[in-house]
Amino acid sequence: MKVKNEFRMTVESRSVNESFVRTTVAAFASQLDPTVEEIADIKTAVSEAVTNCIVHAYKECVGKIYIYAALNDESIIRVSIRDRGCGIEDIKKAREPLFTTLGGERAGLGFAVMESFTDKLIVRSKPGKGTTVTMIKKIGGR
Amino acid sequence: MGVKIVTSQQKMTAYLEGEIDHHTAAAIREEIDNAVMLHSPQVLKIDFGAVTFMDSSGVGLAMGRYRTLLMTGGELILSNLSDRNYKMMKLSGLEKIAILNKRENAYESKK
Repeated sequence: MKVKNEFRMTVESRSVNESFVRTTVAAFASQLDPTVEEIADIKTAVSEAVTNCIVHAYKECVGKIYIYAALNDESIIRVSIRDRGCGIEDIKKAREPLFTTLGGERAGLGFAVMESFTDKLIVRSKPGKGTTVTMIKKIGGR
Repeated sequence: MGVKIVTSQQKMTAYLEGEIDHHTAAAIREEIDNAVMLHSPQVLKIDFGAVTFMDSSGVGLAMGRYRTLLMTGGELILSNLSDRNYKMMKLSGLEKIAILNKRENAYESKK
């Protein structure tokens, strides 16, 4: 599978960038001629990943969020969202629906939503080093 | 993004508009909570009819308002939910503690 197109960008972990990043990735994905539903899936999943960087990884500070997206010749989009923040102690626990370390206004559904709106979700993390979330989705696959 | 709150007798309706994410949810939460604390409505209806985007922050917003209503003793209704927003609300089990109503004319899917 050959990469047909790719882009990278870096943003600061400010909540105003949540809509900026999801809209940008959705605009990039539009090259694959996705349906309205597929675009909404991508936007929602990306929004969750970026929000996690802001509310968890860089909870006490502002850091950089690194976004990479690639399309291949089989209409698959791959989006990676990386931070150099606090990292996740227990990934399995973090991926459980309704689990949250924040309580109150957070539903604990971030990973569950990313999982249900994409085809594959890979989470790699090291405490103190950071986290990379990679989401893979086939467009026109259903 | 905005919220318009209409109170009549014991019923309060909060009409949400635009995009709901972690960034926009904070201001909405504050407005609704202030109104609920002031009026202690028997029913709080949150209307999602004009919501164009929502991530799990919208679910957190609903769960948080449920907690606020526990203090004032009111009932929560989430109305005009699109199919995907309904699905997200159900991921959290909100249908057990609130009334969930789907959007009737799902104009979102026709676009």
